Amino acid sequence: MRFRTGVLIGMVAALTAGCTLAGNDTDDAASTVTLVTHDSFAAPQQVLDAFQQQTGITVNVVKKGDAGALTNALVLTKADPIGDAAFGVDSTFASRALAEGVFAPYTSPEADRGPQRYAVDSEHRLSAVDLGDVCVNIDTTWFAERGIPEPATYDDLVKPEYKDLLVVENPATSSPGLAFLLGTVARYGEQNWQGYWTQLRNNGVRTAAGWEEAYSQDFSGSSGKGPRPIVVSYASSPAAEIGDDGKPRTKALLDTCYRQVEYAGVLAGSPNADKAQKVIDFLLSQQFQVTVPENMYVYPARAGVALPASWTAAAPLPPNPASLPAETVQAGRERWIEQWRSLLGQ
Amino acid sequence: MSRAGLGLAALAAVPLGFLVVFFAWPVGAILRLGFVDGGVLDALTEGETWRLAWFTVAQAAGSTLIAVVAGLPVAFLLARVRLPGVAVVRTLVLVPFVLPTVVVGLAFRALWTDGGWMSIVLANAFFNVAVVGRTVAGLWALLDTRAEDAARALGASRWRAFRSVTLPALMPAITSAAAVVFLFCATSFGVVLILGGARYRTLETEIYLRTENLLDLTGAAALSLVQIAAVLAALLLGAAARRRRESALRLRSRRETARRPVGGEWAVIGGAVVVLGLLLTPIVALLVRSVSTEDGWSLAGYRALSSTGNDGTLQVSGWEAAMNSLRTATDATVLAMIIGVSASVLLVALRRAPGRLARGVGESMDAALMLPLGVSAVTVGFGYLITLDALPGDLRTSPLLVPLAQALVVIPLVIRTVLPVVRSIDDRLRQAAATLGANPLRVWREIDVPLTLRAVVAAAGFGYVVALGEFGATSFLARPQTPTLPVAIASLIARPGQLNNQMAYAACALLMLVTAAAVIVIDRLASGRVGEF
Repeated sequence: MRFRTGVLIGMVAALTAGCTLAGNDTDDAASTVTLVTHDSFAAPQQVLDAFQQQTGITVNVVKKGDAGALTNALVLTKADPIGDAAFGVDSTFASRALAEGVFAPYTSPEADRGPQRYAVDSEHRLSAVDLGDVCVNIDTTWFAERGIPEPATYDDLVKPEYKDLLVVENPATSSPGLAFLLGTVARYGEQNWQGYWTQLRNNGVRTAAGWEEAYSQDFSGSSGKGPRPIVVSYASSPAAEIGDDGKPRTKALLDTCYRQVEYAGVLAGSPNADKAQKVIDFLLSQQFQVTVPENMYVYPARAGVALPASWTAAAPLPPNPASLPAETVQAGRERWIEQWRSLLGQ
Repeated sequence: MSRAGLGLAALAAVPLGFLVVFFAWPVGAILRLGFVDGGVLDALTEGETWRLAWFTVAQAAGSTLIAVVAGLPVAFLLARVRLPGVAVVRTLVLVPFVLPTVVVGLAFRALWTDGGWMSIVLANAFFNVAVVGRTVAGLWALLDTRAEDAARALGASRWRAFRSVTLPALMPAITSAAAVVFLFCATSFGVVLILGGARYRTLETEIYLRTENLLDLTGAAALSLVQIAAVLAALLLGAAARRRRESALRLRSRRETARRPVGGEWAVIGGAVVVLGLLLTPIVALLVRSVSTEDGWSLAGYRALSSTGNDGTLQVSGWEAAMNSLRTATDATVLAMIIGVSASVLLVALRRAPGRLARGVGESMDAALMLPLGVSAVTVGFGYLITLDALPGDLRTSPLLVPLAQALVVIPLVIRTVLPVVRSIDDRLRQAAATLGANPLRVWREIDVPLTLRAVVAAAGFGYVVALGEFGATSFLARPQTPTLPVAIASLIARPGQLNNQMAYAACALLMLVTAAAVIVIDRLASGRVGEF
């Protein structure tokens, strides 16, 4: 009986101590900038702390799903923004955010270090923070063991020797899936991409809902050891698949890449705009950019930032990735997804 | 208004207020946006909409049927059998319930590639066997065995006695559980998305797609209306089934009713063991996965739990994420219990109140309180974004949102667990106590509390476990500084690299362990208290 009472008291104590409902934010609102971002955002705490020490600004990070969900959350709340700055709207969705007037113009002094190479609008409402290339990845061991030559281009993927070997993500539910679809539109044009996908379908392409399933379940080159040696992933993925011998076991096909640029901007209507601008400067600074590859698996947008050693060997930046103009993507995105779904019978 | 009426109104204010502010208003606002754009009616007449609705209902019905069939032997084992190991089973069946859907989806695909719609049905059932097993066992353990014994003495076979005496008495709990399971399956999201690929889609995945990716609020609103209508229909059917079957029951302690099985009962035990084996298969697969690498067995994933993952994927360590889970689940459970228990008491009072009006109000409220299970988490999440700025203190980016959203998911479950027991209390017990001179407080303390405490604690335990595993709303609302375990697992699994993968599966094992520990503590408390009356 006494034991039970003890447990009960312990539980009650744990309840009250652990209660986040009872606690409240002690952050001083004036020195806090709320940065709304997507689920893939990651930054070392010590870098954020250092920024806080230098400027007195605390960055309060709020995540809102993937790039699409983030953009939509920003559009829905533009009358009363949920934050002061946003990071993670990518080139696929940037046109939607710009058309809806989500961002305020701001040209960062850091932007002349390269990020403006990827500018999307003349008013500089968005600054490029990083870029990632979605490319077809292959399991090199699989091909070596069977003596089958490795594929290299989109055209190779529809050849009979690569039948039933490719897995792609659904563009309606996955951002690399959408990038790959846009890559095929860029390569074959608005008239012919459906013909290419018909060939892919006839060659036994498999579709997965998201990157996790495709990469860690279907792909043979990941630790999941799936059945298929060709997958749509990122140019940087092979850096994570380096074996004990120091050699990468997978490879990105650099002729099949589609570039996505991720942007940050000050939210229109933020009462904290001047401090939000400081956060944009921070995201473009050398200090933050150098953390980008290992934390978010993307390439820094700033020029002259050193890549980790494993990246130079396994994940070089593709020299000539494809991309489509933002307006073209904005005009076609939903229609192409719809056509893709009916084409693949899904 | 009479004093009793005032009391009822005060009691009603708590659950209704919560529901209006944190559910009806945000959801209504999103639906309104859809209507403003126009075209909702057009979307409703599309064949595609009805194909989606049909598949949604069909797969949910299939999963519910399987969960009930698999859950009943387990309920029997938990409620009526005195054998070593029953306590372990009680804990074990809850484990599937908290596993993140993305992980279970991966496990099912690893065990059964190309399972198609059957794998969706089975995975949904896998998650929900515990709902049936534990909800039904909650009532079954308290049923007086004497009516069944009398039937046996009059010459009925064991099966006949079960069918004509026990089963009707259990029916409220079974239909309650089935209603909850149906709602869970009709709105299950991650499982359908992963196992259905792009081929099998439900209303829920389509609402998600149109809201989150396409910003097609008109289409999403139309589909939400269909989904809400389907959920309401299911709830009304369930309510009708309950109305016909429900009656006051004699309740007894499990200590008096559990015994060693005899004769044909061993076959039922066998069935329960088969079910447990099937439930364990994906769990074991996950555990094996957490310790296997390219070069053999390794505990690297478990060691990595004290870190932030390969290259700092997480902002906090795996252990801190576990602590966050415990904390938010505690908050959510406390909230949900306050609201769910007051709602249950209110619903029973309305049902017993004289007049058809009160009863009608009670039944509509019963249905309304279940609706949060039938509305897409994205709809609620986006609804919060466009409404809660009107409240003082910007709740939209507040850490409070996670427990609030989790409570919304837990409340219907609390009501469905507590309500059948509160309703089964024979009012004559209370009248007798009152006649013997007990004041209302004393009646409540001596009759209501002891008889319902087990169900209340069971509901709290259940709710706690659901909150621990909740992923949909949490992933949308959780802050990176304070991820819960399921959110951390999802981030880890979304990165390439063997170590991240192993750490994700090790975190899954940790989630199972935390769940089991929570369930053991709560069950201990419950059985201890109930044994005293």
